[in-house]
Amino acid sequence: MKAALQKETRSATPERAESVQYIVPDVNIYETKDGYELEAEMPGVNKDGLEVTLEGNEITITGHRTNEVVTGEVLFRERNHANYRRVFDLDPAIDTARISARMNQGVLLLFLPKSEAVKPRKIVVSE
Amino acid sequence: MNIVKWQRPTLAWPSFGRLANLHDEIDRLFESPFSELTRTSQLLSGWTPALDVYEDKDSFVVKAELPGMKKEDIEVSLHDGSLSISGERKTESKREDSEVYRAERFFGRFQRTVSLPAGVAADKVKAAYNDGILTITLPKTEEAKPKKIDVSVN
Repeated sequence: MKAALQKETRSATPERAESVQYIVPDVNIYETKDGYELEAEMPGVNKDGLEVTLEGNEITITGHRTNEVVTGEVLFRERNHANYRRVFDLDPAIDTARISARMNQGVLLLFLPKSEAVKPRKIVVSE
Repeated sequence: MNIVKWQRPTLAWPSFGRLANLHDEIDRLFESPFSELTRTSQLLSGWTPALDVYEDKDSFVVKAELPGMKKEDIEVSLHDGSLSISGERKTESKREDSEVYRAERFFGRFQRTVSLPAGVAADKVKAAYNDGILTITLPKTEEAKPKKIDVSVN
């Protein structure tokens, strides 16, 4: 198997004593020749509420909802208002120093570039 | 859990991507039985964006989770007391050359309809789209607003 973001650790385990429930965001992961692109759905989260942390080879995505102002009585409620969290183990080939992230309408776009050494390279054959 | 390379389906069956995640969906169901029920039903019905509806004295507010859309791909209409939200989330064409490792997000059309109580001022409805959440504010007509009647005591 080609290891991408190798293993996924389920992130529901709370760190503190009180149980904190997180939504595990839906993700798409793509591989291009330059790296991996991860999209995670976190509606209600903007740039200020996003936290991406790297510890060793483990990347944690946390999305805090910026407080939505809601007044009045609830007539109908389907949305889960918890924060988001998901953890991935990274392929060692990823150049962690150049990881970049941006938010676009509640979707996190994380770009995980491959280090130059592992990129496919065309070798010119000399005569 | 290991990430296994996702195979592009050979059949042109649009919901295949989500069915491939059946195992994940079942895992989730056991992790959090109640909150994930609506999500699981997406397997059968495509994309059903979650909605909240609030009411205060001046208006009704509908909030729908529509992450990653373009504003122009969302349609909101009000007809005969029902509010309809529809649209299409399109796949980016640049993705066609990439290899897919995980495909949990849904792309395609959706529609949701909410019946509203009488008394919405249809000409004053406003919609805003921020951080992937569509907020529709439906002000009440003057007649529908609760009125405070001052009782004068002589």
